[in-house]
Amino acid sequence: METKQLTEAIEFDKDGHLANLEDWSEGIAQELAYLEEVGELNDRHWVVINFLRKEFEEKGDTPTIRKLTKQSGVSTKELYQLFPKGPAKKAAKVAGLPKPKGCI
Amino acid sequence: MNNSGLDTMQMEQKDTTEKPKPIEKVSIIISKGSLEAVYPGLIMANGARMEGIEATLFFTFFGLESIIDKKMDKLKVATVGNPAMHIPTMLGGLPGMSAFATKKMKGEIEKLDIPPIREFMEMIHDTGAEIYACKATVEMFHLDEDDFCDQVDGIISVGEFYEKSAGAEIIFT
Repeated sequence: METKQLTEAIEFDKDGHLANLEDWSEGIAQELAYLEEVGELNDRHWVVINFLRKEFEEKGDTPTIRKLTKQSGVSTKELYQLFPKGPAKKAAKVAGLPKPKGCI
Repeated sequence: MNNSGLDTMQMEQKDTTEKPKPIEKVSIIISKGSLEAVYPGLIMANGARMEGIEATLFFTFFGLESIIDKKMDKLKVATVGNPAMHIPTMLGGLPGMSAFATKKMKGEIEKLDIPPIREFMEMIHDTGAEIYACKATVEMFHLDEDDFCDQVDGIISVGEFYEKSAGAEIIFT
């Protein structure tokens, strides 16, 4: 019940991503992960989430999957296991970032 | 009375069919072997997986070049017979033109962080997509399994391709 209240007070954009980046917290991330059927976040999820957030802060967009896998140390295979059924969108969503704009 | 009853029934039916179902699976056929012909199919396949859509790649005819171990690193851009390239056909045929255009395109592709063919094939395979070679073409070109890169999941007939494509949207490139 407590977790439910966290996202209830928050605004989402039309794609279901956080409307305001500053609303994000680790608790929200976990809650979004449950909503996205990613499940309980572990260390490896956090490597991806933190990398995405850092990149977004520096570049203003989410990185390509190639960049993510090359620089974060999480392989393509692992990434698809961590965020099944659409890793790019799901990881961005959990990280509190907008839908990735790129094709790659 | 009867008519208006029918109308409301039709309206109700329409409401339930309104929203199109999202795509769940794609089968992409790559039939050409020039660099600019192979990339679109690979980008579509990778993009599908990124969206959580199942993807199968089927390479046929000259598309096979992109999964043949000794050839996949050497694909070239075709500079002849493509008006959108804006190179006159006679010039496009000159020695070095294709190599030049290929180098330019590879540079642009790298800038977009799109990997070279071999790396892209590994990446796509790692996403869980399946990669197949067309049996008829393999026989026509006298190839066998050892000629292909490791990511190829098998050599299959057209019939098997259709079986594997059950429920999929088929995209021919």
